[in-house]
Amino acid sequence: MTYTQIALVAAVLAVLIDIYVLRIAITKKRIFWASYSIIIFFQLITNGILTGAGIVEYSGAKIIGSDTPISSRPPFIGDGRIAYAPVEDLIFGFALVVLTLSMWIWLGKRGVQREPLAGPPRFKPSWKRNR
Amino acid sequence: MGKFSYIAVLVGCLLGSGWLEIVLRTRVYRRTLRLALSIIPVLVILTIWDIYAISQGHWKFDPRYVTGIIAVVNVPIEEILFFIVIPICAVLTLEGVRSTKPKWLVGDEK
Repeated sequence: MTYTQIALVAAVLAVLIDIYVLRIAITKKRIFWASYSIIIFFQLITNGILTGAGIVEYSGAKIIGSDTPISSRPPFIGDGRIAYAPVEDLIFGFALVVLTLSMWIWLGKRGVQREPLAGPPRFKPSWKRNR
Repeated sequence: MGKFSYIAVLVGCLLGSGWLEIVLRTRVYRRTLRLALSIIPVLVILTIWDIYAISQGHWKFDPRYVTGIIAVVNVPIEEILFFIVIPICAVLTLEGVRSTKPKWLVGDEK
């Protein structure tokens, strides 16, 4: 199987496990998408460094785009890449995040260190003070 | 950074997300058992996937930027650390959002 295929299978499996096995359905919650939009921003930076600096190199035979060039950077965007990294990385990352967060909530629901709960923030934003 | 480049990126991820534990009181590191149990399945699955992908040449690591320490079969130690660090960042983010938006329910509330 190619990276593209495995990543797609992983993403679908993660969503199915979340909904039907762990029964959390985190992908249907607003808080998940708020968190994921923050995570994906930082994933693009982290992955961009790992891929743009050539720490990790990909085979063009296994991804939508072509080989990581030997002596230059891959395209920042285009040729199946976003922020230097193959788009497959975003699909893989989505699977990782869904499964991890669903497990975290599943464990909390079952009473594994449900508490101490998060918050409240140590510093309130200035526009929320004195209300 | 040389051989510690990949490690440095991971340290950056820990620092970039770690402040949430203090400032937003996410209490993720404090719930160590729950955190570890959340990560283990992901870690196992991704390691098996990584063994296969590296053996099939899906990706490789520039020897100039990794320590060269192999953790299991053909998987560099950096990859294993990645599969631990990134899930921690994800949980910290979720709990960070929850800290500021306690009314947004996820399913583990009483």
